[in-house]
Amino acid sequence: MSTSGGAAVKAAPWKDQAAKPYVQVEGISKSFGDFKAVNDVSLKIYKGEIFCLLGASGCGKTTLLRMLGGFETPSAGKIFIDGEDMTGVPPYERPVNMMFQSYALFPHMNVEQNVAFGLKQDRVPKSEIQERVATMLDLVKLGDFAKRKPHQLSGGQRQRVALARSLVKRPKLLLLDEPLGALDKKLREHTQFELISLQDKLGVTFVVVTHDQEEAMTLASRIGVMNHGEIVQAGTPSEIYEFPSSKFVADFIGSVNMFEGKLIEDEPEYVRIGSEELGGTIYVSHGISAPPEAIVWAAVRPEKIFMSTAPPEGNENVARGSVQDIAYLGDLSIYLVKLPTGKVVRVTQPNTSRHAEAITWDQQVYLSWDATSPVVVTR
Amino acid sequence: MTTAGRLRRFGVTGRGLVVVLPYLWLMLFFVVPFVIVLKISFSDIDLAIPPYKPLLEWVGKNSLAIKLNFNNYAFLFTDRLYVNAFLNSIKVAFISTVLCLVIGYPMAYGIARAKPRTRNVLLLLVILPFWTSLLLRVYAWIGLLKANGVINEVLTWLGVIHDPLNMLYTPFAMYVGIVYSYLPFLILPLYANLEKMDWQLLEAAEDLGCRPWQAFYKITLPLSRNGILAGSMLVFIPAVGEFVIPALLGGPNALMIGRVLWDEFFSNRAWPVASAVAILLLILLVPFMMWYQNIQARESAGVR
Repeated sequence: MSTSGGAAVKAAPWKDQAAKPYVQVEGISKSFGDFKAVNDVSLKIYKGEIFCLLGASGCGKTTLLRMLGGFETPSAGKIFIDGEDMTGVPPYERPVNMMFQSYALFPHMNVEQNVAFGLKQDRVPKSEIQERVATMLDLVKLGDFAKRKPHQLSGGQRQRVALARSLVKRPKLLLLDEPLGALDKKLREHTQFELISLQDKLGVTFVVVTHDQEEAMTLASRIGVMNHGEIVQAGTPSEIYEFPSSKFVADFIGSVNMFEGKLIEDEPEYVRIGSEELGGTIYVSHGISAPPEAIVWAAVRPEKIFMSTAPPEGNENVARGSVQDIAYLGDLSIYLVKLPTGKVVRVTQPNTSRHAEAITWDQQVYLSWDATSPVVVTR
Repeated sequence: MTTAGRLRRFGVTGRGLVVVLPYLWLMLFFVVPFVIVLKISFSDIDLAIPPYKPLLEWVGKNSLAIKLNFNNYAFLFTDRLYVNAFLNSIKVAFISTVLCLVIGYPMAYGIARAKPRTRNVLLLLVILPFWTSLLLRVYAWIGLLKANGVINEVLTWLGVIHDPLNMLYTPFAMYVGIVYSYLPFLILPLYANLEKMDWQLLEAAEDLGCRPWQAFYKITLPLSRNGILAGSMLVFIPAVGEFVIPALLGGPNALMIGRVLWDEFFSNRAWPVASAVAILLLILLVPFMMWYQNIQARESAGVR
């Protein structure tokens, strides 16, 4: 099992121009009446990936997934899976299976019959069905529950039946709609890792829809962040987190402090931003492409801000404020620091020591960060 | 002491009343009439008012004799007429139920899958005929089906036929009447069942390789089993004893047990034989009613 992102793709095929995508979505759109649920989305997904479609509810991620499954016909655009045009192919003829958010287990069949259903439909020989179902049930650790009906199972067990049922046909592509949405937090974390190891073992390409960014970060080899029917950014979890391409993405993934400012200096190696919100200048050690004096935003993650009672060196990337609120979370604490300009900055500090000299409410503190920390976005 | 307290001393409580009332109702309007009919079925026929002899008779001065006459029942099995009428009633009820199912299932399915607003309109349309008396609706069918009725007139006018079709007073007319009258009883429980259906299951079936009709056959049909059975019982049970529709639309040779009962009771004034027919009919239907109750219990417990 690989550690980062977890997916079975070891190299990064999306960086290789020559690599052939396994699933290719070309300019796909879907409208329901006047409402454009999905708007001109293009995507390349590679074999063995776990690709997460991440977005708030109503962003079009489920519609996109349903188009991959064949449950919705695109208004425009094409879908290729393993080189074959799947655009008009009905779900029952696609080499694709879906795990539904509600699991959609057949209530009148027991676990075994549920899992065997798709194989029976394909007229697979009886002995082979038995063998494959048994193997799959062992894989999801449900071997002892084969004769139970769905209503006799717990939520986590049902989720595993649904997973087994969708995997037993060995689909080229598995679609998972909020696969862990109905599980409680502890079980969800556990299942995330199970899902990754299972995917690693079987090598099936996964497309996962989720609204939970933590889930996306853990599962995905790459994440496609969706908003208003469009993919606003696609990349590895760390790319999305560390190099968000827009205010929306920076804000949507994790928490972020956004400082609005005007571009003062724009050189290839650095930029300098004058920010009224901060009450100072921000120096960033990377160039951007924007017209001079453009309004830009510098995004600084809370964990990348240092907080001290003594003034730090230099007079850029520095601010002074008073602690307005503290949330103690055990492993780390969140501080809300109010600047004289009225801007409230969020800072997280790991609680490395058990008896640290605590910074308390209303205390005056200095905030600072490295020149490499801010990400400048222009939209 | 309050009134409530005083009542409670005699075992009268609000809770007790709630339980007792339905039983009282059943006692008064079901058990008592049933016992009366049962009693008559064992008595001798008599030319009197009422036209049967009492079961209990004073024999001599001090002894009371009970005289049970089983001849009425034996008679039903000696004369082929009654056996045939029973069998024919079951046949008619069965065919009607199947016809109702064939017509009613797609209707219930259509209503269950319609948009909520359309659904209410459709349901209203199903229930609407109940606002008119059954008798009037059956008479309306006479107007439609008779030789110079609406259907024949229209078909002649269109040039489809030259001589009027003979529809009224045929088995066809009787089935039309029964199916028309009992269809809502099948649609409503079936709709109630289908309405609870999780339609995503059909998508899951299609995802696993089923064509839409296969998904219907393997998922929808088995899951609506309780609805099908409940609706079928609601048509079958009353249809076995149906009297009005065969009498009005079915013509003279529509031999159904309800009609035999009517004839025995009113034409022949053979109250004991009529009562025996009624009791046998009840015995015949009890298993079906119990089955229906069982389905209802399962349905409300959510077992599929």
